[in-house]
Amino acid sequence: MTTTVTERREPAGAPPGSGSRRLTERVFRVRESGIIAVLLVFVAVTTSIQPSFLNQQNLQFLLINTTVYALLALGETMVVVSRNVDLSIGSILGLSAYVSASMFGHHPGIPIPLVFLIGLGIGLACGMANGVTVAVGRVPSLVVTLATLYIIRGIDILIVGGNEVTAQTLPNSFTNIPRATVAGIPYLAIAIAVVIGIGAYYLRAFRSGRELYAIGSNPEAARLAAIPVGKRIFTAFTVSGAIAGVAGVLWAAQYQTIDSTAGTGYELTVISAVVVGGVAIFGGSGSAVGAAVGALLLSSINSALNVLGFPQLWLEAISGFLLLLAITLDRIISVRLTTALRRRSPGVGT
Amino acid sequence: MRAVTDATIDLYAGEVHALLGENGAGKSTIVKILAGVHQPDSGEPLIDGQPVTLHSPAGARDAGIAVIYQEPTLFPDLTVAENIFMGRQPLLAGRRIDRRRMHADSAALFARLGVKLDPGRISRGLSIADQQIVEIAKALSLDTRVIVMDEPTAALSATEVARLFDVVRTLRSGGAAVLFISHRLEEVFEICQRVTVMRDGRHVLTSELAGLTADDLVRAMVGRQMVERGAGERGTAGELVLRVEHLTREGVFTDISLDVRAGEIVALAGLVGSGRSEVARAVFGIDRYDAGRVVMRGRELRRASPTGAMAAGIGFVPEDRRQQGLVMDMSVQQNVALASLGRLRKAGLVRSAAERAFAADWAVRLNLKYGRLVDPVSRLSGGNQQKVVLAKWLGRQPALLIVDEPTRGIDIATKAEVHRLLVQLARDGVAILMISSELPEVLHIGDRILVMREGRLTAEFGHSDASEEKIMAAATGQLQEAS
Repeated sequence: MTTTVTERREPAGAPPGSGSRRLTERVFRVRESGIIAVLLVFVAVTTSIQPSFLNQQNLQFLLINTTVYALLALGETMVVVSRNVDLSIGSILGLSAYVSASMFGHHPGIPIPLVFLIGLGIGLACGMANGVTVAVGRVPSLVVTLATLYIIRGIDILIVGGNEVTAQTLPNSFTNIPRATVAGIPYLAIAIAVVIGIGAYYLRAFRSGRELYAIGSNPEAARLAAIPVGKRIFTAFTVSGAIAGVAGVLWAAQYQTIDSTAGTGYELTVISAVVVGGVAIFGGSGSAVGAAVGALLLSSINSALNVLGFPQLWLEAISGFLLLLAITLDRIISVRLTTALRRRSPGVGT
Repeated sequence: MRAVTDATIDLYAGEVHALLGENGAGKSTIVKILAGVHQPDSGEPLIDGQPVTLHSPAGARDAGIAVIYQEPTLFPDLTVAENIFMGRQPLLAGRRIDRRRMHADSAALFARLGVKLDPGRISRGLSIADQQIVEIAKALSLDTRVIVMDEPTAALSATEVARLFDVVRTLRSGGAAVLFISHRLEEVFEICQRVTVMRDGRHVLTSELAGLTADDLVRAMVGRQMVERGAGERGTAGELVLRVEHLTREGVFTDISLDVRAGEIVALAGLVGSGRSEVARAVFGIDRYDAGRVVMRGRELRRASPTGAMAAGIGFVPEDRRQQGLVMDMSVQQNVALASLGRLRKAGLVRSAAERAFAADWAVRLNLKYGRLVDPVSRLSGGNQQKVVLAKWLGRQPALLIVDEPTRGIDIATKAEVHRLLVQLARDGVAILMISSELPEVLHIGDRILVMREGRLTAEFGHSDASEEKIMAAATGQLQEAS
């Protein structure tokens, strides 16, 4: 920050050669750098108090706990950068988890990939319903997905009734998915990391990905620039729904007991992770990698509070407080950055 | 309703063509038709003699027409280069965006335009002048043949205007046809070769500029002569109303002391960014200040309290009326009454009839042109919106009225009305502090003229000994260098 401020007299069109300044600036322009720093400090402090925080078992546990959130955060990021929000992902996850897991009971021997396809299909259908209503019906996404949050949960409750899927009905090959590791790292975490990497790369390097940011940054200008706004927003919701559907199947494999409350409240945790990860809540900036780091930070906070022996009753209040702290810090940094940039604007005649 | 009837404008490659007219004359409608936002009922634009239909902004773009608005609509979170190439980014294999080439191409465009801008910075925080440059670079990258500039200079400082004109000359010599809309006639004479004047939605004249005078153009626009304010009408300064002592806000303005007396118009001149608006905002209590004090009719004002400033009798007409002066979705009458709700209230409820009568009264007094009082204020033209903001504050009968760029972006006839109104108010004993970047305006109605440069007051002139040259010298610092 100091670098940009002190050098504000330099014209912004300075040649790229002015090395060190460019480097600090680039670090600053990466919005995620703040959150990664927070995560590292947090892990360091926790480990210094309680070294067992970093043992292999706890780390595996942490990664597995993060996977579903981080995956959901990818879809939510696509929606949020376009200045929308998807509140229905928790309900989609719940519906998909129950329906897909109950397949093992109804059709013993059903191939696992088919179960994933069923979850994906449920998510796609829900996501497309959200997308059509927002993009074609022009209803604010907050309202649409708040409604579908209840509608989908309602359908879930009707289907589940008082039943639940229990671990006995699930084949081992299914429940072992989250447990398989390579070199101590869960396969699943690696796979999810790859998926998030692909998603982040798509958002960064492809026209349609950049157009999501453009829409979130200035919807009016996006229309003037002839961006197919409705189509892009529809796609974002569809992908978010599809991801929630797949996440539902993973959730079932991980928790193994599925009733009609599965995934309740996940949408808020995921949105928190996204915002903590540096995605601007009013769209236009942030990345899927940042959102995943945000999810990791939230899980770490939970895990650390456990490891450090905080009473369970304190968990929610403390994680809420830390959330506020992280967002406030991020906000201050971005406001400062804006001021610094404004000062550095060549501003002829000022 | 017909906004424009039978308008014909011929634009030639390599010319800058002025489009003049009062607000409501139909300039904006023509701009919107060319931008593909509105469709004409009959007639059509022709390019190279071929009719083109512009169904959408994309259609206009594909037809080779670009519109540079007064306040461009960029994507603030994206880089300058992305703003230029959004939707058309150069691609690598596999349809991935070639960022390096995108940045190089942007830099090449800026080089062609002769300006320095970093393609890799995000566009949030760019000055309006730079934002316009980005839009022009975008137009250039599209091989645009027709560039429409809708009041591009309204928010620019003198040096920024000079740079913009250099860019326009570059475009012109590159064979582009530029349609240039401005309310500042001196700019029209500086940059344009031909002119079209419209009035009441009709075409009045198209002609070479050479041989025409400013008076000719004004007559064509308003259909009558402008009335100058004679020296005899000047009010006499009365008792002290506002005293600002050594006001300082670190890094923004330093040691500002000034007096405003009842019945006088004090004009605060200077370049955009010299700290004038910030002083006004501090006086009105919107922004804090670090040192000094503001005394209103003998009583010191609390810092950072607009409520206190209002109670002490200050009215504030801000620079940006759309965002700070008006609630765009509310009706004309609600906006007019907004600052006077206390007086229109009975048993805690605002009576609609009283509000209506109050607004109707002010609408007549200010010669407001509107459809219905219950229409949203966003439907009014810029000049009439400004009158609504004025009415809102005048309804409180302020002792001091601060007006920041009161006539920015409004047409000549309404501008003259606003000037008359301010002079009338001063004669009625209101103290007026006016910030203005338009020197003719400052010279025309200012009784005393204070000049700011880089956050400091650098000169004071009486009405009779001020001139454009002296003010510019004080505003740009040439005064000190000369002495």
